[in-house]
Amino acid sequence: MQKSLLIDPQKCTSCLQCEMACSAEHTGAFNPARSRIKIFEFEHGARSIPYTCTQCAEAWCLHACPVEAITKNMETGAMEVNETTCVGCKVCTIACPFGTINYNPDTGKVAKCDLCSGDPQCADACPTGAITYVDAGWTGYDRMQEWAVRTHAQTQA
Amino acid sequence: MGWQKQILRVNLTKGTAEIEPLNMEWAHDYLGERGLATKYLYEGMDPKTDPMAPENMLIFATGPLTGTMASTSGRYAVVTKGPLTNAIACSNSGGKFGAEMKFAGYDMIILEGKSPKPVYLHIIDDQIEILPADDIWGTSVWNTEEHIKSKHQNPLLKVASIGEAGEKGARYACIVNDLHRAAGRSGVGAVMGSKNLKAIAVHGTKGVRVKDPKAFMKAVKETHALLADNSGRKGLTELGTNDMIDAMQEFGGLPTKNFNEVQFEGTSKINPAAAAAVGPDGHKNLLTNKACFGCTIACGRIAHIHGEHFSIVNKPEYRHASGGLEYETAYAFGPMLKVDDIDALTYAAFSTNEHGLDPISFGATLAAAMELYEMGVITKDDTDGVDLSFGNAEALTIMADKTGKYEGFGQILAMGSKLMCEKYGHPELSMSVKGQEFAGYDSRALQGMGLGFATSNRGACHLKHDVFAEDMEDQTGKGKVEPCKNSQDKIAMIDSSGLCLFTTCAWDTPEFQKQIAAACEGDDWTVERLIEVGERVWNLERMYNLEAGLTAADDTLPKRLLETPAPSGTAKGHVSELPTMLPEYYEYRGWTKDGEPTTQTLSRLGLESR
Repeated sequence: MQKSLLIDPQKCTSCLQCEMACSAEHTGAFNPARSRIKIFEFEHGARSIPYTCTQCAEAWCLHACPVEAITKNMETGAMEVNETTCVGCKVCTIACPFGTINYNPDTGKVAKCDLCSGDPQCADACPTGAITYVDAGWTGYDRMQEWAVRTHAQTQA
Repeated sequence: MGWQKQILRVNLTKGTAEIEPLNMEWAHDYLGERGLATKYLYEGMDPKTDPMAPENMLIFATGPLTGTMASTSGRYAVVTKGPLTNAIACSNSGGKFGAEMKFAGYDMIILEGKSPKPVYLHIIDDQIEILPADDIWGTSVWNTEEHIKSKHQNPLLKVASIGEAGEKGARYACIVNDLHRAAGRSGVGAVMGSKNLKAIAVHGTKGVRVKDPKAFMKAVKETHALLADNSGRKGLTELGTNDMIDAMQEFGGLPTKNFNEVQFEGTSKINPAAAAAVGPDGHKNLLTNKACFGCTIACGRIAHIHGEHFSIVNKPEYRHASGGLEYETAYAFGPMLKVDDIDALTYAAFSTNEHGLDPISFGATLAAAMELYEMGVITKDDTDGVDLSFGNAEALTIMADKTGKYEGFGQILAMGSKLMCEKYGHPELSMSVKGQEFAGYDSRALQGMGLGFATSNRGACHLKHDVFAEDMEDQTGKGKVEPCKNSQDKIAMIDSSGLCLFTTCAWDTPEFQKQIAAACEGDDWTVERLIEVGERVWNLERMYNLEAGLTAADDTLPKRLLETPAPSGTAKGHVSELPTMLPEYYEYRGWTKDGEPTTQTLSRLGLESR
């Protein structure tokens, strides 16, 4: 079963544990500046929204790469950057409509979410369940269930 | 590891910024943050220096765990000599600024001298610029943060700044970072203002590494889990710190009407239940909770004011969400002033954040002014025509703005309660220790807390000792000396680590020890050594204060707590037992009868008097 990250901004407190976990996994240091997931704050801190790569099935970044450094991991569905092949041309960063693939000046390569080979550290670190790793075919399950519950209540009334 | 091993020293007089290695010998003795900054301060300046003189040092310090995945790792401290107390000031803040400063590569930023013109620091890793602050001088914290981010087109910058109050030398001006977190107490913002430094804006990309990542992540997982399952933690997450207001009200330890009373009938209108209640028009004060950097507790409150409330009729910029009521703010604006209007309290919380004022000292100073007004010592002629009667919500909102902007009677309130009450010939009305106003616990009902207030190195403060459990169980002074001293030392260690005191709902020293031992180089980070670090920090702060000219006579409480019995509550009829606890405390600390550490105590801790 393919899984994907599910983000519920309502639960996010902006603690940035996810950003630290991501950067620690990929760079060995706690370094939000090198995290592939970012938290954005709105309304003077009243809303916090985690944002990261959605792993497009037809990925712009993959198609744009002139040296085929980006490939799809068939097991996890993640688009992964092969750092040895990447030449740091940044064309993928232009191609991605969501801005979720970025150049890392420390390495001269691009970096994006790779779902940590199927064990995403951001989801593991999130203390509130704002980031979970669920069945890719059922990311809407919880929301559907919520509405079903409402419908149930209404029909009971 | 843990540490970045370098500090940034900025001389504002000369306009120089130099990176220098961290003194690792000191780091091993004092850990970081509060402790290490105290060592740098003690060695770097004459404690007799006027706090507002260029010779005073202002130190922003992180701990070895700041910026790591340890829960609550967003803490930093500002250490300097404080103008409110003329003693060591050590104010702790969360938000995201502290971790960012560490990511830029600095354990500490030391500011010396005084800039000839208003400036701010702009730091991106090793690039350090001292830039003119003409555009933002005279404006609020909120404007400053927005202006700097927009000017540099860099939303990733984290900003710590002062408002108008700090620029003008309000004695309890604070330094605010990330809009509504603050190094709040003892007037550290006034020191920043005296140096003509408006703000520090920083972005870092270097990250923080730990000695043994595997052991560290194991310790982190275990300690996260302890917090996750802890009922105290759940209370902080769901209700915030203001959960305390109901407990204090019931107990009779809630300072009310400038400590003339110990219970306030209006608490049900300003407590967490009131903040979460949905009004008939669908309005709710509390919007959500919010975490500081790395924090898995998230006690912060984000609130908004009712759109039709009098305070924001002409203030559209206050219609948005911002930092809401925490316990100390609620106490200082609510019971102390007998105001039970949650929107007025929230407005004053926004205002003190926006203009950079410590809400505790502001509220308690206004309470003293209200008592002077009630006595007829001051009248509307003194107060710009404002009716300063207890209970007047409008007086709170008006005076918060006036003090924050340093206008009219606000300039008198900005003196702090001690100088203000002396000015009007009633020093006994200042509810303070060493010139700093009390947090929301009455020393007649909470005897151990009272001992802590009297002996705290930065004046009355609730964050340097923790005797709540013992005080709630037994209302006498018996058995309070040990928990007071031991908690003071433990908290001094926690404040030196980069983590938050609130984790102690679920963690004790061993939980800090295993995270520190895995993160920091050196192989002897035992529990005993960490406790000793805390005690060393406490004693060094004490030595600084003694050299600054403070004496045992300053370890006292206002007459009202020593002589006037509590009028109601479970401690009805009690006064503070400080006179019996204090000599016992000195002895237990290994200090002389005059409150000075003995030679044996100093040598046990590796300290030396000079």
